[in-house]
Amino acid sequence: MSIDISHISKRFGSFVALDDINLTIPSGQLTALLGPSGGGKSTLLRIIAGLENADAGAVTIEGTDATHLPAQKRNVGFVFQHYAAFKHMSVAKNVAFGLEIRKRPKAEVKQKVDELLSLVHLSQFADRLPAQLSGGQRQRMALARALAIEPNVLLLDEPFGALDAKVRKELREWLRRLHDEVHVTTVFVTHDQEEALEVADEIVVINEGRIEQVGTPDQLYDAPANDFVMGFLGPTTEIDGVLYRPHDIEVFTHPGIAGSIPARIVRELRVGFEVRLTVELLDAAHEQITVTVTRAHQRSLGLRPDLDVWLATTHGAVVPLMDPAQPATA
Amino acid sequence: MVRTSPLLRLVLRTVVVGYLVLLVAWPVSLVATHTFDDGFSALSKAFADPEVIHALKLTAVVALSSVAINLVFGVTISLLLVRYEFPGKRLLSALVDVPLSVSPVVVGLALLLVYNPRSGWLGPALADAGVQVIFSTPGMVLATTFVALPLVIREVVPVLEEIGDDQEWAARSLGASSFQTLRRITLPGVKWALVYGVVLALARSLGEYGAVKVVSGNVVGSTQTATLLVDQRYQNFDQPTAYAISFLLAVASVVCIVIVSVLRPKQEA
Repeated sequence: MSIDISHISKRFGSFVALDDINLTIPSGQLTALLGPSGGGKSTLLRIIAGLENADAGAVTIEGTDATHLPAQKRNVGFVFQHYAAFKHMSVAKNVAFGLEIRKRPKAEVKQKVDELLSLVHLSQFADRLPAQLSGGQRQRMALARALAIEPNVLLLDEPFGALDAKVRKELREWLRRLHDEVHVTTVFVTHDQEEALEVADEIVVINEGRIEQVGTPDQLYDAPANDFVMGFLGPTTEIDGVLYRPHDIEVFTHPGIAGSIPARIVRELRVGFEVRLTVELLDAAHEQITVTVTRAHQRSLGLRPDLDVWLATTHGAVVPLMDPAQPATA
Repeated sequence: MVRTSPLLRLVLRTVVVGYLVLLVAWPVSLVATHTFDDGFSALSKAFADPEVIHALKLTAVVALSSVAINLVFGVTISLLLVRYEFPGKRLLSALVDVPLSVSPVVVGLALLLVYNPRSGWLGPALADAGVQVIFSTPGMVLATTFVALPLVIREVVPVLEEIGDDQEWAARSLGASSFQTLRRITLPGVKWALVYGVVLALARSLGEYGAVKVVSGNVVGSTQTATLLVDQRYQNFDQPTAYAISFLLAVASVVCIVIVSVLRPKQEA
């Protein structure tokens, strides 16, 4: 049982939002759709939910062909970036909405709402209006509301995008724990690679309406299918046309290491424990690359601008699989 | 806030207050004082006059009917303008504003051309079916509805745009049908805009004169509304009654506005 997406295409005027997407999202997992803004990931999520119609292709949810089912018949929970709280209803009424629409008995609704509010730690706010909650609380309310209908799949569209950095971090850890408790098939859209790497069981990288790569966070990080995936998952720097992670390049203050290349430090930028060095290669092209070292490492070697150094890539450094003609769709 | 000199502030305040007093407050208050020149005699005389009672009742019927019609169609047109894309949408949006820019007299004449029982486009057919539009209540409701058409729509459209469609989509994904979504999410969301729109439309409908005069025929005791009666009594030197009815019309409008400002939530989220 899962979500099957086959040959989904969607255009907005002349803009191709999704181009022949094929994807199977496994049941019971937490899957991230990761990619830059305007890459089509939100559109794909809205098509799964029935909030948007695809121009072509089919969506199957848990074995049922949902392609032509309207949103209210798909039994999916959807969580919006800006919460979509029902502003004129109390928190409890918001959560009860789906159950009241289904005409469940009052006692059952109340019990279920109490249960969900305690799950999202909002029991003491049951009678408040959404306007009296913080952003993080509103989003937890929206999650409880979506879970109330016991959805086949839970879809979250940039759920933490409107929250400040600290709350965002707390909520994504909380989402991970929540998922481990309720095990509903969950798909969330994000443009934040850290969020995807931290929370998801599986990541689907989407760019310009196409899938670039599908895999676990480790697979994607250790074996990016191409330059785009490598670049999107973290910082990169280029030596002789090959991408490296700036922390996969070692810095020596003496020559003689096999395969090392001479260079000179041009600038340094300190960000917390890490120091980003801009280094000029002393070859014909005088390429400038970025190398990241820890603050302690910088101190022990006395790295500073205008110092001559030698660079070598770390053994086991990650490089893209490099087959740009054929983006992997594992 | 930009700091201005106290003198400039005083001058600006005087100009604004003076402008409003000369234009609005003073003339309207004169209507009130003239009404009570002889105590309550003008009002009691007016209420004893069957023509006045009939005109007031007719005004109420016409105004309430046109507000009801404008409420239903106003919500429908607003939803159409905000939530749907279709060819000719801009044209429809512009059409909604026509009643604001066209003189009510022109509106009356236009309706006469369509519904005149002898020579109008639709009039003869309707007359054969036993429906008299011109020189009767339906025509007056029609004219009033036309004139007040944009008021509900222009209040509701910006609010619908502001609240967006996320809440509606959330309701749909939770299993609500489109009608349930309208009743439980969309309408409560635009509740205050609807109240303002209705009050404005009601005030406008109570006061309509030009369009109604053309289509009603202004028959005393039959198709004469309160505003038409005010004009007629004034022309016929029955000023006390004219002032009394004017006063009632003004009071009705003020009461509407007061009710709204009392009901209005202090701070809207």
